[in-house]
Amino acid sequence: MARAVSTRRKAAFTAAAWLVAFVIFFPILYTILTSFKTEPEAIAGFSLFPSWTAENYVEVQTQRDYFKPFMNSVVISVGSTLLALLVAIPAAWSMAFSPTKRTKDILMWMLSTKMMPAVAVLVPIYLIFRDTGLLDTRIGLTVMLTLINLPIVVWMLYTYFREIPGEILEASRMDGASLLNEIVYVLTPMAIPGIASTMLLNIILAWNEAFWTIRLTTTNAAPLTAFIASFSSPQGLFWAKLSAASTLAIAPILIMGWFSQRQLVRGLTFGAVK
Amino acid sequence: MKLTTLILGLCSASALAFAAHAESITIATVNNGDMIRMQKLTDDFTAKNPDIQLQWVTLEENVLRERVTTDIATKGGQYDVMTIGTYEVPIWAKQGWLLPLENLGADYDADDIIPAIRGGLTVDGKLYAAPFYGESSFIMYRKDLMEKAGLTMPDAPTWEFVADAARKMTDRAADINGICLRGKAGWGENMAFLTATSNSFGARWFDENWAPQFDQPEWKNTLQFYVDLMKDAGPSGASSNGFNENLALFQQGKCGMWIDATVAASFVSNPKDSIVADKVDYALAPDTGLGKRGNWLWAWSLAVPAGTQKADAAQKFISWATSKDYLALVAEKEGWANVPPGTRTSLYENPEYQKAAPFAKMTLDSINAADPTKPTVKPVPYTGVQFVAIPEFQGLGTTVGQLFSAALAGQMSVDDALAQAQSVATREMTRGGYIK
Repeated sequence: MARAVSTRRKAAFTAAAWLVAFVIFFPILYTILTSFKTEPEAIAGFSLFPSWTAENYVEVQTQRDYFKPFMNSVVISVGSTLLALLVAIPAAWSMAFSPTKRTKDILMWMLSTKMMPAVAVLVPIYLIFRDTGLLDTRIGLTVMLTLINLPIVVWMLYTYFREIPGEILEASRMDGASLLNEIVYVLTPMAIPGIASTMLLNIILAWNEAFWTIRLTTTNAAPLTAFIASFSSPQGLFWAKLSAASTLAIAPILIMGWFSQRQLVRGLTFGAVK
Repeated sequence: MKLTTLILGLCSASALAFAAHAESITIATVNNGDMIRMQKLTDDFTAKNPDIQLQWVTLEENVLRERVTTDIATKGGQYDVMTIGTYEVPIWAKQGWLLPLENLGADYDADDIIPAIRGGLTVDGKLYAAPFYGESSFIMYRKDLMEKAGLTMPDAPTWEFVADAARKMTDRAADINGICLRGKAGWGENMAFLTATSNSFGARWFDENWAPQFDQPEWKNTLQFYVDLMKDAGPSGASSNGFNENLALFQQGKCGMWIDATVAASFVSNPKDSIVADKVDYALAPDTGLGKRGNWLWAWSLAVPAGTQKADAAQKFISWATSKDYLALVAEKEGWANVPPGTRTSLYENPEYQKAAPFAKMTLDSINAADPTKPTVKPVPYTGVQFVAIPEFQGLGTTVGQLFSAALAGQMSVDDALAQAQSVATREMTRGGYIK
């Protein structure tokens, strides 16, 4: 009897989990379905049954080059992630294993920068980029996205490092490891799952970032966000083509997320030494 | 063998040297059909100007406006040619943000540009932008439904006739709305339509001393008329409908009439997308007998920002894209019906164009019926038909548009919407130093 109740509860939880997953996934599903509709169908109202036309994909491919913005997205998101990790790993080490009374304040301050509306600093950033020749360059965007996502990277790594017993690092120090060796050969290998999940999450955040990537680029460094934005039209139907462009833009990250979901979930939910 | 190698080497070296000298210009534009067509035809330009390469940045209208404004205000120099509207041209030209177009070439024939459009792009006698396509607004209506209602649409109807026809054409059971009008909030959305409509009702945004006029009976008449008409004969959820939503409704046969941009005529009469393509006819925007019609004037135009280092190449491109030869090129490659409308008088005198575009005469008449320098019945201190050409209008127009959209949705009364619009406009104009 107890087993029956437990099974029923399990079924209910499973159903609820599926429902939540479906609700979260629905906008992506609807975008994909809309990309196979004709333009009049796309704007006609809610419908889950497209006429399965591929003309939007053909149109999107003929109108714009996909490869260049795709490569820009790859370079910018991976580059900014690696750069952020390079800065964040020592920073998180310092805060996790050698905290001071101001560490919490610094962490909170770093996080608070994420709460500032981006548009508030648009003009100063634009002027800095103009004067340093970084407008419409991959390097400029890589640096910008590194700075934007750094607080989250530091926070994630800090939380993760705190679960690693300090004694292990102490032991390596007693064995004569230098600070660099301690971080590179002891801390980093233990924290690989956490670093991997941080990296994956950061790549997704950088891939999806639209405010700065659209505003600081024109043609050379414009990534897939700018590619999508170019299909919106003030006079003329565009929803189906926009959906096709969005599907093409999110496909790589969706596939990457699908294959790495096990590591992503593991890294986000488990501690380093558990 | 050695000779071949030498020749190939020389060819490569000269190609590299040539590429090094080729100048690249960046053009910022919106994703409209005519603009996309222009991008496809640029081989013609590069063949004639092998030393100039073109790079395109296509963005959503509001993002484009914001990007271009940021770049031009900070002299970022990211763009060499930008697509802007008749609202921006006088404001930006006065700020010194645009270069006057003085090198368009001897063959350009600027006098051929439709005078109403040219007037909107000229500041202190100098042309600051060249129109790529121009538009006014007019009535697109279903001949079959009008006949069924026992009415005949005059070429120049009154609002009274339009309202009567809309109510008679409405058939809720058959999902036919007598009239589809813009309701989505925004200075370029519902306020474009409502400001133009208010002109025909004798209303104005500001008096000669910049005092807001939403507390005057003319605005009450305009808004009450619009809300009542849409309640009786408009589609459900009209407060979310802009150009594209109404276009889809009309193409699917769900509107008896639609008053909107003349450029829509080519969409609704295209049998590929519209099931009512063979049943559409056109009439001038309505009036109330006060001397002004409810139509607007707009032109997507190409301009050169003051921060560019490549002004000559930019003007060469603008000259090509807005020339008579370009219209002929589009006609040759894609047919006369696809030629960008509303810019050149000669186009409307062309019998082939008149044949291919049955809406041509009505479009020209509508454009000519709008006067951006004298847009209203009573005198005003501003220019612009469906907008007020001051920098504050974007924000103010959108805020007022939200209030009027709320009135349409029934979230507030017409009186409340007008009272709040008056209050907001007074505050903004005081803050801007127009009134004390």
